[in-house]
Amino acid sequence: MSLDLRSKAELRAEKRKNRTGVYLVSPGLLVLALFFALPVVILLAMSLYVKPPGAEVGEFVPGFEISNYGTVLTAYWPELLRSFFFALIATVLALLIGFPMAYLVAVRLREKTLLQGILLVLLIAPFFSSFILRTQAWKQILADEGFVAQALKFIAILPADGHLTATPIAVVAGLTYNFLPFMVLPIYANLGRLDTRLLEASGDLYASPIVAFTKVTLPMSAPGVFAGTLLTFIPAAGDYVNSALLGNNRDTTMIGQVIDSRFFKIIDYPGAAALSFVLMISILILVTIYIRRFGTEELM
Amino acid sequence: MTTLAEQTQAERTSGADLLLSGITKRFAAFTAVEDLDLLVPSGTFFALLGPSGCGKSTTLRMIAGLEAPSEGSISIGGVEVTSLPSHRREVNTVFQSYALFPHLSVLENVAFGLKRKKDKQAIQKARAGLELVELAHLANRKPAQLSGGQQQRVALARALVNRPQVLLLDEPLGALDMKLRRQMQLELKKIQTEVGLTFIHVTHDQEEAMTMADVVAVMNGGRIEQMGPPRELYELPRTAFVANFLGKSNLMRGTVSGQSDGMLSVDVAGRTILLPAQRAVHTEGEVVLGVRPEKITIDRAPLAGENQLSGTVVDVSFTGTTTEYLVQVEGIGLIGTFSQNRGQQPAAEGDTVFLAWEAEHSFGLAGDESVNAGVPS
Repeated sequence: MSLDLRSKAELRAEKRKNRTGVYLVSPGLLVLALFFALPVVILLAMSLYVKPPGAEVGEFVPGFEISNYGTVLTAYWPELLRSFFFALIATVLALLIGFPMAYLVAVRLREKTLLQGILLVLLIAPFFSSFILRTQAWKQILADEGFVAQALKFIAILPADGHLTATPIAVVAGLTYNFLPFMVLPIYANLGRLDTRLLEASGDLYASPIVAFTKVTLPMSAPGVFAGTLLTFIPAAGDYVNSALLGNNRDTTMIGQVIDSRFFKIIDYPGAAALSFVLMISILILVTIYIRRFGTEELM
Repeated sequence: MTTLAEQTQAERTSGADLLLSGITKRFAAFTAVEDLDLLVPSGTFFALLGPSGCGKSTTLRMIAGLEAPSEGSISIGGVEVTSLPSHRREVNTVFQSYALFPHLSVLENVAFGLKRKKDKQAIQKARAGLELVELAHLANRKPAQLSGGQQQRVALARALVNRPQVLLLDEPLGALDMKLRRQMQLELKKIQTEVGLTFIHVTHDQEEAMTMADVVAVMNGGRIEQMGPPRELYELPRTAFVANFLGKSNLMRGTVSGQSDGMLSVDVAGRTILLPAQRAVHTEGEVVLGVRPEKITIDRAPLAGENQLSGTVVDVSFTGTTTEYLVQVEGIGLIGTFSQNRGQQPAAEGDTVFLAWEAEHSFGLAGDESVNAGVPS
């Protein structure tokens, strides 16, 4: 043990400082305990409840029915996989659309603060209207007689009798649209700090603008891209509004929609709780793998 | 393993001539550089010296291709490069901010330019470059983990390893403390001699420019005031700006009253001061006569010397090796000088003192010059 050379007064000051820290985080910890940890425990317990013989709809008793998990997994693994698949496509699309947006506002328009402000407001403006309403609007946008479907039919990408509504395309489009700001904002925040003198330096060192982008801008924006993809993928994987409003209940059903109907329509609390848990754990595993693989020091 | 210097010796491209002709750069509100003509011979350590805002950094950025001139042309080694983008010019810059890539290791930073040029030996050359600046042991660190002086040397190595035709240095020592700066000045000079590249060094530090450069160009208001070897510039300034910005000068107004044997007699407030005609910009009429402080001898007893003045000491400051004096000379104003501290009794404030200097140390400037031009404020 090394000798502590500090005086008693110094040690007291140190302790006091540590105590202040504890006081400051305690409200947050309390909220987390009450509204996150406790519900998770309740959910876990509920996922193991059993339906007693001859019980009415929605009547369950506490138990330890691990087979609940097997039952729901067997029944709903396609929806679970589909959720991750849709979320993945939506995340990639949001990145492809969002990165140029963020780059334009944060780097190209850096000197033009007014235009930059206007574009940022436009980006956030959709949040001022309801999520459900915005998703409903996509039904109109993708409707058979709508502009998008008509245009696609005109250039023969969509067959004359084809639809966009109630298809996987509609659901992925909705997911992409709804979570786009979660992709753009972290990337914008990151690119806003990009030192453009580094781009000059790379030009000075024989890098063409394209090479400067791939060798400097892109790798330096990795923490923003990383945060953006997580913030898009996680809620998209658990979303049920888009698949419910824009889907067809056949090949578009996502796991969130199943959990929703288990809870509120079929009143199968243990099944819904088990599915929720499976979803939570699988997202956790996927995200952990992702962080391990691509995570940057700044986020670890 | 061969060092970078040895490789260069072997290939001996030793940089290229840089020629600027009629370069003008206008921004919306002002003209940064005006009709600049400049020839830097290959292998020269060239310093562009001037106060901030004099256009020296803009000139450098135009050579690097980071800024396009409004008028004029730039050629390197006889090849016109005016319209080439920066990544296609054989020019590298050591930036004032260093601009090291924070996401790359020190080695990757140094290899960046070589890799863009698809040099197969990029990594080996980068290692050799790091050895030259004595940082090989830090190759795997990130720039943020280095001290300012180390970052500066990485920036230098990153530019040097590409063996550009012209190496540009944009106040690269500005962020370093005094001691480190002196050390880096010597190292830079040594490296330049070793690799034999054309260096263009932009600085506002006149001492730095004089210590390092073979040729110094003093810039002011977008123009070059005077250009030449440091000693020549110092000993024989041709404008008041150069006289005051490069070292210190005592400038006094006078009128040429006669000439004999190539020596002008200048009437300065009723006293006659001698000035060699070939050291004067104008040989008749109104002139501004100057003399460097260290050329003047100061004593309480009358002195021998071709040019003599006397006055009252108004300020004495002890600096260790020397004592600096400000002497009020009637009709002329304040004259600054100093004496080595060799044990003599220094003059005190209020003492009457005699000042003397040899005629060959006088220099003459145009009579319409402001005697305060270029005085650091």
